[in-house]
Amino acid sequence: MSTPTLTTLRDLPRARLFWPIVTLAALLLLNFAVSPGFFAIRFQNGHLFGSLIDILRNGAPTLLVALGMTVVIATRGIDLSVGAVVAISGALACTIIADSPTPDSLGTVLSAVAVALVFSLVLGAWNGLLVAVFGIQPIIATLILMTAGRGIAMLITEGQIITISSAPYKVIGAGYWFGLPASIVIAGAMFAIAALVTRKTALGLLIESVGINPVASRLAGVRSRGIIWVVYVFSGLCAAIAGLMISSNVTAADANSAGLYIEMDAILAVVIGGTSLAGGRYSLTGTLIGAFVIQTLTTTVYTVGIAPSITLVFKALVVIAVCLLQSPALQAKLRSRRVAAKGVLA
Amino acid sequence: MTITPSTAPATEAPAPAVEPIIRMDDISISFPGVKALDSVSFRMFPGEVHSLMGENGAGKSTLIKALTGVYSIDSGTMTLAGRPLVIGSPAQAQAAGISTVYQEVNLLPNLSVAENIMLGREPRRLGGIDWRAMRKRAAELLARLNLDIDPASLLSAHSLAVQQLVAIARATDVDAKVLILDEPTSSLDADEVSELFRVIRGLKSDGVAILFVSHFLDQVYEISDRLTVLRNGALVGEYLTREILRIELVHKMIGKELATLESLESKTRQAAIEGETVIEVPYLEAVGLGRKGSIEPTDLAIHEGEVVGLAGLLGSGRTEIARLITGADRADSGEVLVRGAKKRLRTPRVALRDRIAYSSEDRKREGIVEDLSVRDNIVLALQADRGWFRRISRKRQDELANSYISALGIRPANPDALVRNLSGGNQQKVLLARWLAVAPRLLVLDEPTRGIDVGAKAEIQKLVSNLADEGMAVVFISAELEEVLRLSHRIAVMRDRRKVADLPNEDVTVGQIMGLIASGAEA
Repeated sequence: MSTPTLTTLRDLPRARLFWPIVTLAALLLLNFAVSPGFFAIRFQNGHLFGSLIDILRNGAPTLLVALGMTVVIATRGIDLSVGAVVAISGALACTIIADSPTPDSLGTVLSAVAVALVFSLVLGAWNGLLVAVFGIQPIIATLILMTAGRGIAMLITEGQIITISSAPYKVIGAGYWFGLPASIVIAGAMFAIAALVTRKTALGLLIESVGINPVASRLAGVRSRGIIWVVYVFSGLCAAIAGLMISSNVTAADANSAGLYIEMDAILAVVIGGTSLAGGRYSLTGTLIGAFVIQTLTTTVYTVGIAPSITLVFKALVVIAVCLLQSPALQAKLRSRRVAAKGVLA
Repeated sequence: MTITPSTAPATEAPAPAVEPIIRMDDISISFPGVKALDSVSFRMFPGEVHSLMGENGAGKSTLIKALTGVYSIDSGTMTLAGRPLVIGSPAQAQAAGISTVYQEVNLLPNLSVAENIMLGREPRRLGGIDWRAMRKRAAELLARLNLDIDPASLLSAHSLAVQQLVAIARATDVDAKVLILDEPTSSLDADEVSELFRVIRGLKSDGVAILFVSHFLDQVYEISDRLTVLRNGALVGEYLTREILRIELVHKMIGKELATLESLESKTRQAAIEGETVIEVPYLEAVGLGRKGSIEPTDLAIHEGEVVGLAGLLGSGRTEIARLITGADRADSGEVLVRGAKKRLRTPRVALRDRIAYSSEDRKREGIVEDLSVRDNIVLALQADRGWFRRISRKRQDELANSYISALGIRPANPDALVRNLSGGNQQKVLLARWLAVAPRLLVLDEPTRGIDVGAKAEIQKLVSNLADEGMAVVFISAELEEVLRLSHRIAVMRDRRKVADLPNEDVTVGQIMGLIASGAEA
């Protein structure tokens, strides 16, 4: 995916990631204006601390879910079940650890994580089966698991909030590796893997081809069924890792509220990142920026001290602004206006 | 097969004593870069079935859309029953008594028959819908068409033919003076067609003027009284159906007079004769290959080094057979042998594994992936064959793209250009490059030269004959018979969903092929 090279600064606003980056920068500057220590990063006990690090850490689960969502959306699909998968994976891992006689052993934690991840692959494959094989519309197919998934999580936790005390498990969401919060390292690694796998293999090309023109792709011999299956499995896996992170951070599994509405944040991140919901060309980097725009927005609400009652309104306004700025219809209008204005001056 | 030469050429049809209900005089419509209708005149008389004839791009649908208010006309005049007619929208056309039933039944399958018939014109009572009056009115309209179905039943519960008749019932509710039927029979079987014709005859005796569009010549001759032929946006003429021979009609549709056609020499006749030394076993052999509602069981063999031309009108089965031998559609009868071994070509992917590539006639919808680059489009089929994991290296991709860009003269010569921004001819070349990159043994080209400029057309023709010289088997489909004759070693002629002739291209003339395409009961 090569963005056309920019010849002049004038073309900059039309570059794909221009507006998401501007939005992110504007939000960060707003925070800096309100609290001057915003950009400060301290190094303490071998760990990095600071508001920016917090944004990265808190944004990690959304970023993970949004990564999976990006490739699903690229095939003209959507995955509404990610929130439920977040709940299921947290519930599964926490229940296994809580039931184990040795919750603090690395072996217990690793096997709990493995079970949760493998189960998420099954859930992703289920979505893929409904969409790719039975041809059910993605929004309906994944709605099934969105609803049923919370029930599955409830069954696993037997309706309780499972609290655990396990040092190795705590690392995933709240620990540190190489001086960085572990969740940042994990999300970064998944981003790198996704970027490498889609761009170093032909998967990215085939995903885009299926998303842009499924009929032509079929005639060219593309196995769209397999491709669609892969993206839903990947989305399930990403959601499960996010689920581990969230439950580890709060050392508890809550089947009802873990990952609630995370699918909305993920879809927003993808859209802000410039990937069209109509499928086709996608941008993982765009999604990365989109996820951080959303997280920074949440942080901004706190630093600026916006009343909790209007928090959602504020968020909505920013999202509307970003989406409008990216809208081709509005951009065309603004351009013709500018040209007209110039004409009058001349 | 004998061609009946016309003793006297068909003359322009005389007008009956009555006044025409519709008159369109010197109608012109242009789109950017295209003159879709060039000062075309057209008339219809009450109580008459009038067929509108022409190949792709002749201007049939543009004329219909001018008449129904979808397009506004650039110049010319229209009158309805002698009074000037200005139509700004489809609703106005309907209010004036011009109703249309389109090819795809555009009704609502999840509503009842009565609701469909009365949609938008529901009888009202006390601010609500008067359901009883609605069902009563619908029942009357159905009875008028002799259609015995329950108005309260769901539309989707009925066959496509009945749905078509419901659409006609809906169209005739508004006291239609003119009823336009655009390809009403394309998805009907023989019994359903005769049912439809019975209804058409009934409407005709009520004085309705019916405009009938169909690519089935047999049906045109069976039902219509008068016909108008268009070609390339211009009027060829209006004729009484009983006075024009099929062969004359086909000439008028495709162009070129009989005399000039007979003198046209095939340039590769020499190659055709050399081509007789073909290998015994054909590369692909279809035996009784058919698909219900699309093509009757058909035999077809293609040898390596041979170009087989498929001739026939639109909808004759030329595209349908191509889709069956390439896995684009699944056959429900017959079998395919590849080099003598039985194969099940379930999908294009399976066919590609047997080195069979299909370039669709619908370049935009089934060919290019418009938001991808030229390079991506060229390597797509090859990459799909290798699977997602074994990516073709960027270096190899560039080599492939650049070599095809220069070999086929793709402009702009930029592998990063998005295919959507290329001209039609260059998009076609990109598609050819995609198929050539998989090194097929059998290449099926469906209308590869349609809608592209003359230069690109000649280049593609040259390429096809070179490929065959190198030993590739090629199926070449084109509406232009001259082109088929020039390139093919053998010609299969399709008509009404079946193959009617399969002859070596020796001393064959365009006139003969047209005779075969046209021959019906009278041939």
